[in-house]
Amino acid sequence: MAVLRVKFTKTKRDKLAQVLWILNWISVVTGAILFSLGLFLKVELNKREELMADRNIQYVPNMLIAVGLIACAINFLGGKICYDCVDSTKFLRWKLIMLPYITCCFFFTFCVLVGALMCYSMRGELEESLRLGLTEAMGFYKDTDTPGRCFLKRTVDMLQIEFQCCGNNGYRDWFQIQWVSSRYLDMSQKEVVDRLRSNVEGKYLVDGVPFSCCNTDSPRPCIQHQITNNSAHFSYEHQREMLNLWMKGCRQALLEYFTHIMQSIGLTVLIIWLFELSVLTGVRFLQTSLENVLRQGDPESDSDGWLLENSLMETARINLNIIKSLGKCNQIDTGSNGDPNIDVPSSSKACYGPDNVPLKQSPEAS
Amino acid sequence: MPFMPVKFTLQKRVKLAQALWMLYWLSVIVGIFIFSLGIFFKIELRKRSEVMDNNESHLVPNLLILVGLLACGVNTFGGKVCHDSLDPMKFTKWKPMLKPYLLLCCGFNALLLLAALLCFLMQFAVYLTLAEGLKNSIKFYKDTDTPGRCFMKRTLDTTQIEFRCCGNNNFRDWFEVQWISNRYLDMSNDAVKDRVLSNVEGKYLMDSVPFSCCNPGSPRPCIQHHLTNNSAHYDYDHRIEELNIWSRGCHEALFSYFSGMMTSIGVLIVATIALETADMAGLKYLTTALDTMEDPENPECESEGWLLEKSVKETFSLQLAKLKMLGKSNQVEEGGNSQGTT
Repeated sequence: MAVLRVKFTKTKRDKLAQVLWILNWISVVTGAILFSLGLFLKVELNKREELMADRNIQYVPNMLIAVGLIACAINFLGGKICYDCVDSTKFLRWKLIMLPYITCCFFFTFCVLVGALMCYSMRGELEESLRLGLTEAMGFYKDTDTPGRCFLKRTVDMLQIEFQCCGNNGYRDWFQIQWVSSRYLDMSQKEVVDRLRSNVEGKYLVDGVPFSCCNTDSPRPCIQHQITNNSAHFSYEHQREMLNLWMKGCRQALLEYFTHIMQSIGLTVLIIWLFELSVLTGVRFLQTSLENVLRQGDPESDSDGWLLENSLMETARINLNIIKSLGKCNQIDTGSNGDPNIDVPSSSKACYGPDNVPLKQSPEAS
Repeated sequence: MPFMPVKFTLQKRVKLAQALWMLYWLSVIVGIFIFSLGIFFKIELRKRSEVMDNNESHLVPNLLILVGLLACGVNTFGGKVCHDSLDPMKFTKWKPMLKPYLLLCCGFNALLLLAALLCFLMQFAVYLTLAEGLKNSIKFYKDTDTPGRCFMKRTLDTTQIEFRCCGNNNFRDWFEVQWISNRYLDMSNDAVKDRVLSNVEGKYLMDSVPFSCCNPGSPRPCIQHHLTNNSAHYDYDHRIEELNIWSRGCHEALFSYFSGMMTSIGVLIVATIALETADMAGLKYLTTALDTMEDPENPECESEGWLLEKSVKETFSLQLAKLKMLGKSNQVEEGGNSQGTT
């Protein structure tokens, strides 16, 4: 009882081969799209690598790049095969390769699906990486004289301006770190010394934020120092002032940005996966119908095409038996005590190829 | 004596027709490109129209859009003619339209030349509009409660951040205007009152700049207030401090952006003129080669193609004579009429 048996006339087979040729070429293009999406994601992650702690998130774009390249190669081969399938003489060339090719494709589509799902699962690790990375970056904001960290100030400033965010979770994060370098603090002033002594770690903490936190939509000039002190500014109440600084935290802003990118990429990869699956189904039908034509002997006749020759359970059982007998192959050899000159009749079936081929009788040892 | 004659065999004619067809399609793509550049330029002008006082001239982008569309149309027609030129049946259809088409191409080239000239000359207009517009923007920075100007602050802040500039010519332009609205000034404070009374116009002037002038590349946190007062900040000398705020003026920054865009578009249009001239020359050669075939039934025969039937001088004097005839024919008619009526 075959799975999804369909009758194919000669013209139908030819049409199927032509359509599949075109579809395979389209799949090469989608493979290239996958590759470029992976490349784009890699570039975006690298652009912000200073703000992310060392986490293993590069595996997602690397997987997409690899899958894209393999998809191009597989579909290129598939296109070549389908092009030759119109002519049944040329099909003989590819006959033996087709079934392994289809099996490979089938497992490859799993990789594509895994790639799509990974895009959605990356979010948790990304959030953790951003949290740690941003805390570190803000901690080193003042170290513009330390080699290796001297550009962190500019990076954080540009990030806050571009993504319209302030601090890690909010602007209050800046109150807890010293973001003014000690090089620019006048240690002879009493006020400065008092502030340094007022906390355990000797940090110069202020209730002020860098200029990059300023909101351009604010109707009044930016208030970035003495933010929590209402009396320091005329007609100012910091609890109600929403437009003065950016209210969003940079971790949330970056996470939203990357999640948006990855959701779009994930959706595209899912669509590509469905497309690959349909092309694979077409190629399987083409393969089985052409093999049946060869078996019948008349290239012009109708033939049946199917997905699986027997039902799903039987196919699984047969394949399991094949795998078991592969194991038994080794056991029979030890029965002859390792002597290669003793000819033992082979009882294993062919490991691949069309079913119903009669077992060959091995010649008796002379 | 034809001008620049070239002998053509069948092979040469076929090759010329094919090459010309591809050249025409390249010209169509260039036309589409010019059209999209015109749209891009228009959008950029619209985006910055607030700092240009909403006074900017859209002549150049509109002309570019028109030229792009015309280029597409003219070159598609040329491509079709080339495609049909090797089939004598189809070509006879197009023959009568060729002379007016070539004249149209000449006119189109003149239009392209005008567009290129405008691209280079209108930069002066942009320069002047920017100067005026930025001055007004800085003046209206504080008027965030006046309808029609309430977004000037935001536009100017984002412009200064994006183009990395401060003020009109430099940051000192901010010292001459009051950029803090009176709504946020505590008029009961003596210091504020002194400052307001210290100048004739009663403006609250400071030696400070808005936060958008700050340079993120500065190693120290941004100093935006008391810029000229060295003692107000620790270890600060305003004469040698270069990284604190942007030192370039927005006038220069915006102008170099627009002039760069307009110069590149002008260069592209000059290249398009050369391409169109090549198209016209090729088409003239092809059509004359097809016309001068000794034996129209035999496609293998040789023929001659040229740019002008007579030499340049003779053609010129012929055209002048034609124009004079046109003038004289009116006079003869008048004389005839007057004779007729008498």
